[in-house]
Amino acid sequence: MPPMSSANAFRRLSDQIGTVDYVGIEERVAKFTTRSIKKTAKLWGLRTAVSMVDLTTLEGKDTPGKVASLCQKALRPHPGMDVPQTAAVCVYPAMVRHANKHVADSRVKVASVATAFPSGQAPLKTRLAEVKAAVADGADEIDMVINRGAFLAGEFSRMQDEIAAVVEACGSATLKVILEVSELETYDNIRAASFLAMRVIREGDFIKTSTGKTSLNATLGNNQVMIEAIRDFYLDTGIAIAMKPAGGIRTAKQALHFLVAVKETLGDAWLNNERYRFGASSLLNDLVRQLEKENTGAYQAPYYFTEAAESY
Amino acid sequence: MPTLASEKKNARSGRGGRPAPELIFGDLWEFDPAPETADPKLKSRYDLFINGEFVAPKSGKYFDSINPANESKLAEIALGGPADVDAAYQAAKQAYDKVWSKLAGRERGKYLFRIARLLQDRAREFAVAETLDGGKPIKESRDFDVPMAAAHFFYHAGWADKLEYLAPGARVAPLGVVGQVIPWNFPLLMLAWKIAPALAAGNCVVLKPAETTSVTALKFAEILQDAGLPPGVVNFVTGAGETGAAIMNHPIPAKVAFTGSTEVGKVIMRSLAGTEKKMTMELGGKAANIVFDDAPIDQAVEGIVNGIFFNQGHVCCAGSRLLVHEPVAAEVLAKLKNRLKVLRVGDPMDKNTDVGAINSKAQLDKIRELVDSGVKEGAELFQHACRLPSKGYYFRPTLFSEVTMSHRIANEEIFGPVLSILTFRTVDEAIEKANNTPFGLSAGVWTDKGSRILKMSNELKAGVVWANTYNKFDPTSPFGGYKESGFGREGGRQGLLDYVNLV
Repeated sequence: MPPMSSANAFRRLSDQIGTVDYVGIEERVAKFTTRSIKKTAKLWGLRTAVSMVDLTTLEGKDTPGKVASLCQKALRPHPGMDVPQTAAVCVYPAMVRHANKHVADSRVKVASVATAFPSGQAPLKTRLAEVKAAVADGADEIDMVINRGAFLAGEFSRMQDEIAAVVEACGSATLKVILEVSELETYDNIRAASFLAMRVIREGDFIKTSTGKTSLNATLGNNQVMIEAIRDFYLDTGIAIAMKPAGGIRTAKQALHFLVAVKETLGDAWLNNERYRFGASSLLNDLVRQLEKENTGAYQAPYYFTEAAESY
Repeated sequence: MPTLASEKKNARSGRGGRPAPELIFGDLWEFDPAPETADPKLKSRYDLFINGEFVAPKSGKYFDSINPANESKLAEIALGGPADVDAAYQAAKQAYDKVWSKLAGRERGKYLFRIARLLQDRAREFAVAETLDGGKPIKESRDFDVPMAAAHFFYHAGWADKLEYLAPGARVAPLGVVGQVIPWNFPLLMLAWKIAPALAAGNCVVLKPAETTSVTALKFAEILQDAGLPPGVVNFVTGAGETGAAIMNHPIPAKVAFTGSTEVGKVIMRSLAGTEKKMTMELGGKAANIVFDDAPIDQAVEGIVNGIFFNQGHVCCAGSRLLVHEPVAAEVLAKLKNRLKVLRVGDPMDKNTDVGAINSKAQLDKIRELVDSGVKEGAELFQHACRLPSKGYYFRPTLFSEVTMSHRIANEEIFGPVLSILTFRTVDEAIEKANNTPFGLSAGVWTDKGSRILKMSNELKAGVVWANTYNKFDPTSPFGGYKESGFGREGGRQGLLDYVNLV
């Protein structure tokens, strides 16, 4: 059979999975932001959001010491308050063993970005070796990046084969597949990449919006395109894929809007940290701050919160 | 997109007895009540607004305005009779002859700008009053009705001193005094659609709001006073059908404008036949919302929901007939059902309510009667089993599948949250079914193919055709119908032309 042109690959896929209308998606998600979440509903939402955070540090200047404080923050988001631990800490592979020391005895997972994060521009062999090394060091979860070049060139099977190879390298570790939505640009592409990834990962694995290293990260719009893809895939196959928006979600209010989208699109079964996560760092303190406000009726100054990186 | 459907079948049958996957829209995260608390600043009794003042009706009679959300009495409204209508027209004629017709366009524009800004200043108060009076969700009156009403005044304020450009090659002159009767589905917005162009073009107005929703018109009269609008330029006479007839049949108005049911429109047209009065009629509809197999399905579903459940379906251009391409019919219906499960029905004053109260007991009875006919005639009914408040007029969002053109629910305007779903096979069949109705107000087309949109909008006999969206309004865009949906346009240049004489 002669090689298929890229146009055909995209065309054939969109014939199967359908297209997305940009204006319609934006209108749909605007409605989530008008939901008014008060009192017990707000408390439930805030606490659930805390339990969904993958508390993240991904910087060249990360040290074992920095990772240690991150882990302690994940274990005790606000000393003196009954608040859930975060779902995971997310670090570079070199930091996995340091993180593991602090959270090994807890329910907080260690997630590691791998596969030449954030660009993914390394030979497959190198990327797989990185995954294996992170898993060997004790990573419970691997956040990989897809080969955007292969996707945009229409080489879908190459993109999927690489994901499948990472699945294998993960062993029992959970996989999160980062689509890097800002580099895919269109909602049609985001839907297409979501389906391609979901077809080769396992039940309980994640698809994830972004690395947090580009200009545009998680938005309600691309979150919506991806959770609608997860919903359609689930109804077609019975396989429940999890979702992780990452980057750009900084306030409690934003997080609640994302959860409203989940509630009204995927339903109750996705409102837990097995099926939904937030990749974030500063979000955690805003969630805690809002919880404190619900308890005391007053907003506390930023210096009352541990690991406060920015002033409010 | 037949693949999704076929994948589905394979997946379900191939999983050895595993039940078909379903989404759970339960109460894991139930929202607390979020009531809007702004003060609507209502009076207990509202008089007629004639010649810039609130005056008691000559009959001395008042009727109750009911809050349909809980059946409680909201206010007493004056029952205007023919003598009151005559007084209002005399005031309007005086105002036209002595003041309004002598005013320069830019001065009229200033009043309109002032009205628009005052309405914006009191937007929250008006939104709450509109919701209490009519039953529509507060988020719609807050985000749509009131801002859109203000937008109509702003838009027409801009026209007031530019009328020489309205009809190139001709000069325009005001008609004089106009009589207007508006419906209960968008009380304040319909008032704006009627009054703003009339005033911008230099006319004076006598208007009757619908008897179940007079409150915001009378609150609007307060704004007219605050704006210093000369007395008599705008007059409100409240009441029911007889008052409306008096407004239409009075000798003074040079034009009458009516928005309401086709049935009443016909009565008015009969009574005015042979007179020199100009008329515009914006009447009923039974719009086809047409979904092709290449449409973005989730967004189409969103548009279908918006098209029929917006304002409880009390919308003359509601997309009440869904025509769906057979290859995607099952998929669209399944997605619609899931979407219905997350619609929040109940207290209109709750900020999270998507579908509020039916406007009146009479309307609720009419909806029930037509829904019963649908069940009797063999259509398949789906309603989400949501809890409804114990008091007040509510109706569950309803889907009817397996509907054919011969069902009553496919022909008659229900004016409620009830969608009739029909299928088609080819483009020609879709056009044929869409046009096979005495109405012709609006239509929707959902497809990724641009050329098909152009073909459809040429072939559909409807005043408005929306493509890949639904229920979009703008003051610059003319709105109006074909056939028994009426004649004349509202909004835009075309709407303004209906309020002037070319000289």
